[in-house]
Amino acid sequence: MSDKYVSLSNLTLSYGKTVAVPNLNLDVVEGELIALLGPSGCGKTTTMRAIAGLLQPTSGSIAIDGRDVTRVAANKRGIGLVFQSYALFPHLSAFENVAFGLRLQKMSDAEVRKRTDAGIATVGLTGFEKRKPAEMSGGQQQRLALARSLVMEPKVLLLDEPLSNLDARLRLEMRTELQRVQKATGVTMVFVTHDQSEALALADRIVLMKDGKIEQLGTPHELYAKPATAFAAEFMGFENIFRVEGGNLVSDSGQLPLGFNAVSPMLAWRPSGVQVGRGPFSGTVSASSFAGGHREYVIDTPLGEIKADASIETPEVPIGDTIAFDLPEAAARPLSV
Amino acid sequence: MKDLTSWAIISITLTFLIGPFIIIIFAGASAGEALAFPPDGLSLKWYLKVFTIESFRQSFILSMGLAIFGTLAALLLGVPAAYALNRYDLPGAETIRTIVASPIIVPGIIVGLALLRYLVIPTGFTVTLALFLAHTALVLPYAVRVVSSSLNNLRSDMEEAAVLLGCTRLQAFTKVVLPNIQGGVLAAFILGFVTSFNQVPVSLFLSGPGVKTLPIDMLAYMEITYDPSVAALSALLAFMSLAIVFVAERLLGFSRYV
Ligand SMILES: Nc1ncnc2c1ncn2[C@@H]1O[C@H](COP(=O)(O)OP(=O)(O)OP(=O)(O)O)[C@@H](O)[C@H]1O
Ligand SMILES: [Mg+2]
Repeated sequence: MSDKYVSLSNLTLSYGKTVAVPNLNLDVVEGELIALLGPSGCGKTTTMRAIAGLLQPTSGSIAIDGRDVTRVAANKRGIGLVFQSYALFPHLSAFENVAFGLRLQKMSDAEVRKRTDAGIATVGLTGFEKRKPAEMSGGQQQRLALARSLVMEPKVLLLDEPLSNLDARLRLEMRTELQRVQKATGVTMVFVTHDQSEALALADRIVLMKDGKIEQLGTPHELYAKPATAFAAEFMGFENIFRVEGGNLVSDSGQLPLGFNAVSPMLAWRPSGVQVGRGPFSGTVSASSFAGGHREYVIDTPLGEIKADASIETPEVPIGDTIAFDLPEAAARPLSV
Repeated sequence: MKDLTSWAIISITLTFLIGPFIIIIFAGASAGEALAFPPDGLSLKWYLKVFTIESFRQSFILSMGLAIFGTLAALLLGVPAAYALNRYDLPGAETIRTIVASPIIVPGIIVGLALLRYLVIPTGFTVTLALFLAHTALVLPYAVRVVSSSLNNLRSDMEEAAVLLGCTRLQAFTKVVLPNIQGGVLAAFILGFVTSFNQVPVSLFLSGPGVKTLPIDMLAYMEITYDPSVAALSALLAFMSLAIVFVAERLLGFSRYV
């Protein structure tokens, strides 16, 4: 097992004069499923295309399995890529789509057939061999695209938002499917998504990106529990983020006294971390909605809007009424800027 | 009232489109000796005579050859050109597109004269070769345009997928791009064929003794003999074009591409 199976060093990627990714450093561990997470335009696709060899870096280097591949052509890198659009070949049957890469190698017909059949079986498409991609559902096309890359036994499999075109139910199904395939084959996977819950559910590690740079890197648990910056905290569902200035919590709209000592320049609370019904502060309920296991309040406070989840055991406070709340130390997440 | 106006417009349009065609069919089916409409009685003798005129036979073969090989050559140049214009962010792509389209804008007669004056005369190229080049150049813009429009509908990530599965760029083109634009290529071929076959102005200056395309030969024939066989031949050619377009429409929805 190599800790630097895919290694990006000082990688700078640009389109003409615009730099999309400045000086990226990242090591991917062999056999792991790593997620590139970040908002639209932060450079996820750009990074993937560079790893695959479809985009030549402006500077820096890419190594795979200890070998520098920066100047190696895309078709010689042994990397699989599942496109967001699947990029299936519309003129070929499902079988021929999967067999496409194998047929380019010096391999007997029997061998091609054997490996294609196995690949199609892995993604559960046995029986669909003769269909054209256009005659398959979105989920089936997605699995076909996955099989087409998998049969090549790539060193690394890159997936660019492979689940974004699927409906909610199918997306959950395909998540488990991806995890199953990854555990079964042990292939190293780099997975792009802008959906934080998808990254949390699937990845061994998450790379949170912002403007082409790594904002934070860690296990899903680390990112979820301990986001380091306001950006990471916001991405991980901390909806109430305030500055700390001279013993007060400060926002653009006003301030409240902080009831404990804080050394960090910022503090954040999840809606579930805000205590409602009792506490030293009060505000006006401006919105309230039932969310199954809890009730979601939006409270107008001197700090602006605060989002708070209340247990459904506590009596409902109607919109317009005053509500007491607290921002407790126990649930506060200290952040750097 | 509005209905009446639109009917009138449609009838006039159809009359102008189909009228000449009908006149020619009947003028060719004349039983008389001179080209006239209405014809002096009906017979098929001129339709049959067409096939016995030796010079028509020769010029038909030349025109066929020019249309087939000129269009093939145009596609050989035009498909890669369309591909390059479509896929690569070439500097001055817009200018290249304009230049490629220019033979459609420049009158054919000027193209023909220019080729005669600056190619055939100074270099001693044979007239046949000059005709071939002229027809290739004539068809090229159509080839580039029709193929471009089908390339526009083809996403470029498919080629990248092919490359990542081990294809070279060239293999990705032949294995993935070509099969997916073959309808457009066939449409370009048919359009080019018909354009080349019916071409007069470009060929006018490039016809020499014994080397004439069919339309030019028909002009020459009419200057000497004023019998209905030219009308009969025109009608036959029009049927041929119609048949080709009809089959093409049936096979691949030709009108999508033009
Ligand atoms: N072909 C291109 N030419 C110029 N700039 C580009 C090109 N492709 C991407 N960019 C720019 O590079 C930056 C990163 O884009 P990229 O496609 O990598 O984002 P992304 O993280 O994949 O976003 P998304 O989630 O929307 O897919 C963006 O600012 C984008 O505008
Ligand atoms: Mg992207």
